[in-house]
Amino acid sequence: MNPASHAPALEVKDLSVEFPTRGGMLTALSDVSLRIERGEILGVVGESGAGKSMTGMAVLGLLEPPGRVSSGEIHIGGKRTDSLSNNEMESVRGRMVGAIFQDPLTSLNPLFSVGQQLIETIRLHSDRNRAAARLHAVDLLKQVGIPGAYERIDHYPHQFSGGMRQRVVIALALAGNPQLIIADEPTTALDVSIQAQITSLLRRLCREQGAGVMLVTHDMGVIAETADRVAVMYAGRIIEVGVVEDVIARPQHPYTRGLMGSIPALGARVERLTQIDGAMPRLNAIPPGCAFNPRCPAAGPRCVRERPRLVPEAYGAVACFLHDGGVL
Amino acid sequence: MRSARNALEVDQLTRVFDVSSPWLNRMIERKPKRYLRAVQDVTFIVEKGKCLALVGESGCGKSTVARLVTGLYQPTEGAILFAPASDGKPMDAQMIFQDPHASLNPRWRVGDIIAEPIREFGLRDSAEATTLRVAELLKIVGLSPDDSRRYPHEFSGGQRQRISIARALASEPEFLVCDEPTSALDVSVQAQILNLMRELQDELGLTYLFISHNLAVVRHMADRIAVMYLGRIVEEADTEVLFADPQHPYTQLLLQTIPDVASPNRNREMMGGEPPSPLDPPKGCAFHPRCPLAADICRHETPRVRGRQGGGVVACHMAPL
Repeated sequence: MNPASHAPALEVKDLSVEFPTRGGMLTALSDVSLRIERGEILGVVGESGAGKSMTGMAVLGLLEPPGRVSSGEIHIGGKRTDSLSNNEMESVRGRMVGAIFQDPLTSLNPLFSVGQQLIETIRLHSDRNRAAARLHAVDLLKQVGIPGAYERIDHYPHQFSGGMRQRVVIALALAGNPQLIIADEPTTALDVSIQAQITSLLRRLCREQGAGVMLVTHDMGVIAETADRVAVMYAGRIIEVGVVEDVIARPQHPYTRGLMGSIPALGARVERLTQIDGAMPRLNAIPPGCAFNPRCPAAGPRCVRERPRLVPEAYGAVACFLHDGGVL
Repeated sequence: MRSARNALEVDQLTRVFDVSSPWLNRMIERKPKRYLRAVQDVTFIVEKGKCLALVGESGCGKSTVARLVTGLYQPTEGAILFAPASDGKPMDAQMIFQDPHASLNPRWRVGDIIAEPIREFGLRDSAEATTLRVAELLKIVGLSPDDSRRYPHEFSGGQRQRISIARALASEPEFLVCDEPTSALDVSVQAQILNLMRELQDELGLTYLFISHNLAVVRHMADRIAVMYLGRIVEEADTEVLFADPQHPYTQLLLQTIPDVASPNRNREMMGGEPPSPLDPPKGCAFHPRCPLAADICRHETPRVRGRQGGGVVACHMAPL
């Protein structure tokens, strides 16, 4: 056994991503650290612009130029990938890390049948011949729950419904047998009655294949039902990490607390939802100190001066001075 | 009107769209004309000062109903009847759209966007009075009067939705049709807008027709809920009744599959299948291919809307009488 087989599916250390622009340097991600074990689903949650998709893209090596990793390390299955060239990264994508994006229609090529796309991917990542690859493709389609896989394999993407298409995309992501799957808003484009089918499929496949999953979504409900641990992002930083049940029941960071209160619950009706006034700062106007301080009900002088570190807590880790020596 | 308490009565509303290919293609390919029944026999009442929500998945016809009610589409059959407003004239309905990026003219200043209905309807005599009214509207929705000189792109999504609300309120309507008003917004911003809408309802006595696919949002906002499936209302009841005791299998499916933060259910029973295409709806009850209770009668006969236990209506052969 080589040491890599014990390595976590993903380890990100102090990752920063910058975009040089005419108006100056924009820091899209700032010192992001996270770890996903094999067979574990880590939810990454935040509002638009928080950097959750950016984290996924950085791991996949698909940052839109001029964006670049300015510091930090990314290890996928024990192998450092942030220093690889584009060509080397191409062999990592698919074989070591698979991707599922929001809109299944844009992730599939409309000109090729589902089978052709699956077989191409399988043959790219293994030495199977065409016939064996086709058998494996049928197998994958069965695994993701597509009825009539033998016939469906020769159909084109437009012949599938939205939910079925997303299953095909998941089959494609699994084709290279990766250790890590980045799922970026995989259920957002789907109707609610289909969403649950896709999330439970993700959970099952993650267990069976022993792959780590990074589930990027804005929907706390999806996280609550799918993920094992959750990382909450705000303005390009991770502000709280913990086991899902704990973060939902006992959110520690004032932002997480506000976020949880602002979600209308199915159980009981409240007169007023908790409201966090204002909006997340833009990348060119991130306030000094804690990025949340202008909106924070508990902010003190120290929050403006100093940036809080992610400090391990009883139930996870929080980046807030309330848990690290006080706000004054 | 059947009752003075009602703000809106919609009776047997049907809207058919012609989705045929062009004439030449039809002639060459010998295809018949094709019609899509987006809304079929929809009947509901909204009481004054209340909020009725239409929920359903994409393609169920809920947005078409919103556009029919505001007159953006003409109904094929059926009637839409508004109660007279407090001043005796017909009640004025305004609409708030889903995407605040698309519904505001990017070349107009916010002040002009909000002032347009005031000028169009001649609600104020002078330019000064109009400016004062715009400033007042901006304050009502939680923006500053100075914002009237800025352009929509200078605002965030939530602020833009506040501008659309201010524009909708400019003509002093008593009825607001809100088509997915918070679906394009982040949750913390959604909470701000939902709170604002509840406050406005209390202060101005507004009546809402609220369209959404999000049952949690609907539960927070609505007094009464109508669930739509493939162009028809399959169940309608008071919010608490519907959540406590859903009778239509589709409503039960919706309530079961919604991920809930407060009580997540990781091993929920999944109902298979997907909504069928409205172009080619199943015979009989449109839900029967996915329904666990489906019997022979469901495959042949469209269930009629009838009263349900606990108040409200349901359209299902299998629901208890």
